[in-house]
Amino acid sequence: MPSFEDWSAPRAADIIAAHTHRQGAALPILHALQEAFGHVPHDAVPMVALALNLSRAEMHGIVTFYHDFRDTKPGSHVLKLCRAEACQSMGADTLAAQARQHLQIDWHETTGDGRTTLEPVFCLGLCACAPAAMLDGKVHGGLDEKRLAALLAQARQP
Amino acid sequence: MTPRIFISRDAGALALGADEVERAIIAAEQHRGLKIEIVRTGSRGLFWLEPMIEVATPEGRIAYGPVQASDVEALFDAGLLDGGPHALRLGKPEEIPFLKRQTRLTFARCGIVDRLSPQDYRAHGGFVGLEKAISLGPTATIEEVVNSGLRGRGGAGFPTGIKWRTTAQASAAQKYIVCNADEGDSGTFADRMIMEGDPFVLIEGMAIAGIAAGATKGFVYIRSEYPHAIEILGRAIVIARREKLLGANILGSAYDFDMEIRVGAGAYVCGEETALLDSLEGKRGVVRAKPPLPAHKGAFGMPTVVNNVISLATVPIILAEGAAAYRDFGLGRSRGTMPIQLAGNLKYRGLFEAAFGVTLGELVDDIGGGTATGRPIRAVQVGGPLGSYFPRALFDTPFDYEAFTAKNGLIGHGGVVVFDDTVDMAKQARFAMEFCSIESCGKCTPCRIGSTRGVEVIDKIVRGDRRPENLALLTELCETMKLGSLCALGGFVPYPVTSALTHFPEDFGIARSGAVVAA
Ligand SMILES: Cc1cc2nc3c(=O)[nH]c(=O)nc-3n(C[C@H](O)[C@H](O)[C@H](O)COP(=O)(O)O)c2cc1C
Ligand code: SF4
Ligand code: FES
Repeated sequence: MPSFEDWSAPRAADIIAAHTHRQGAALPILHALQEAFGHVPHDAVPMVALALNLSRAEMHGIVTFYHDFRDTKPGSHVLKLCRAEACQSMGADTLAAQARQHLQIDWHETTGDGRTTLEPVFCLGLCACAPAAMLDGKVHGGLDEKRLAALLAQARQP
Repeated sequence: MTPRIFISRDAGALALGADEVERAIIAAEQHRGLKIEIVRTGSRGLFWLEPMIEVATPEGRIAYGPVQASDVEALFDAGLLDGGPHALRLGKPEEIPFLKRQTRLTFARCGIVDRLSPQDYRAHGGFVGLEKAISLGPTATIEEVVNSGLRGRGGAGFPTGIKWRTTAQASAAQKYIVCNADEGDSGTFADRMIMEGDPFVLIEGMAIAGIAAGATKGFVYIRSEYPHAIEILGRAIVIARREKLLGANILGSAYDFDMEIRVGAGAYVCGEETALLDSLEGKRGVVRAKPPLPAHKGAFGMPTVVNNVISLATVPIILAEGAAAYRDFGLGRSRGTMPIQLAGNLKYRGLFEAAFGVTLGELVDDIGGGTATGRPIRAVQVGGPLGSYFPRALFDTPFDYEAFTAKNGLIGHGGVVVFDDTVDMAKQARFAMEFCSIESCGKCTPCRIGSTRGVEVIDKIVRGDRRPENLALLTELCETMKLGSLCALGGFVPYPVTSALTHFPEDFGIARSGAVVAA
């Protein structure tokens, strides 16, 4: 289970400084910020812009372009369900309905108790082990109703 | 000799329980007081048999699968270490028909070697291609790649050697090799398997490309959905530096080459080479107009070779065995082998590397064994989310770039996704449009707005809302997207939509005769 740091401007500044020298540093910096804080904090965006000599608007455009970067902290568990074609052919749509029903949330949402975030993913490269999912970075394939129920139970742990 | 057990640590095997199996084997080793050497490999690509384990015996390796952790004690009781009989015993892996029928060139080592052992890599033919390239020099190396007939495996099928020559001829202070490991197409996993199962072959291929094009620096842009590939390739790069496969004076030559990994951020369009370059530079992944070609003005404005993982990973064997040996496989203008990925609803699913020319029907009925659900196959999508849906009537199409183009399709990166007769093709067409609207980079109106309109129009057709007018509108919209899109995302998404409509009209409320049924 991932645990994230609370916002700290000095910590963010350190993370940014560790990557600023790299060619095309924006994505490495944003990934590092998200790894530390669980999301790309609003207050970090102007700091990155300044470090990379970009306008705030440009930086905002970059952060929002990429599906990976969140603007709020995720739940204690992040469940990513594959929604792409190979998984569809093995019943992914039914599993997605099961997950949304069980968690009572839609894609990109977090349960009210802050435990579980549900995200769609378009292919995990596990298309020969479909339907596939990723829970807190761990991969799962060959899902059916029962195996998904077990994953959902894990994703509901505090 | 210490008994050796080979365990596939491919993400596909892990997704099916390989970690737990490995732990159970270690536990059995300890409480039985045994001494076993565990070798961590990639996957052989027989995913319906994963987690698969193999043991070394005097007659060669013996495979067992699919193994669950709960099977491990019984396997030891049955004499696993001597290849003893058990219900899960598969015999020699090379004799399993799915593997026996393949021609493994690019995937020659995958699933066999310890993926992070340079000694194992060399013992199985590694480094030979790079040594050859060093002795041939850039011009002759490029000629070998041109003569092999190798075409880009990322989708567009452009001749790899010609691309290298263009970059080689550009003069600049710095040039780059960029490996496209964004592998976003549903139904594809060949890039992932190579990076996890034989990472040195990609590093070797990039070093050869560097020598050929005069580039000293490489980037591998890997999608963030592939954490295992990122980890394994990262570790392999560190080892490769130690082995002088990377760094200054590689393998003692006059050439320098080093590389690093960059991680994508969940944007499908960043697989398009110019969007990838912008993303690598730290910008939004927006498609660039061409010209200039990346070969002239690519990463950070410098001449750059952009190649798919499989294109680059195939170069070492071409150099090692010679262009002619590679070109002898295949047919027409599709030379060599293609790692075809059999995915979705199939009984036998996995990686099938074969010479071009095998028909779609052979692939799905014969090699793939029909559906996993046991129902009839209804549609097969080839080439990812921008590829056409094929009905049984077109199963005689040979797997070859031109043959698929002639049938209004594409082979793309070689993904084959099978659906049984429960599929709703109007829903699939709708999904294609929805996917395009989610992933559009936003530069062209037909792609950005048209895809959202496409979803709405398909919904209306399905509801029976002014069906004839909306069908005409959908056809027109597809034409506009084909003509008015800068890249293949907006430009090719009409393929799955139109093929669904043409081959499965009944799912849209149209009779087979072509008559529109009013709902
Ligand atoms: C929307 C879109 C997505 C693409 N995704 C990939 C990809 O994930 N991997 C890839 O190698 N090529 C992808 N391509 C093709 C690349 O633009 C480019 O042709 C390829 O990287 C060139 O390498 P190759 O010649 O070795 O195939 C994509 C193209 C488009 C239009
Ligand atoms: S077709 Fe779509 S993805 Fe491609 S450049 Fe145009 S807007 Fe971007
Ligand atoms: S389509 Fe779901 S893992 Fe590839």
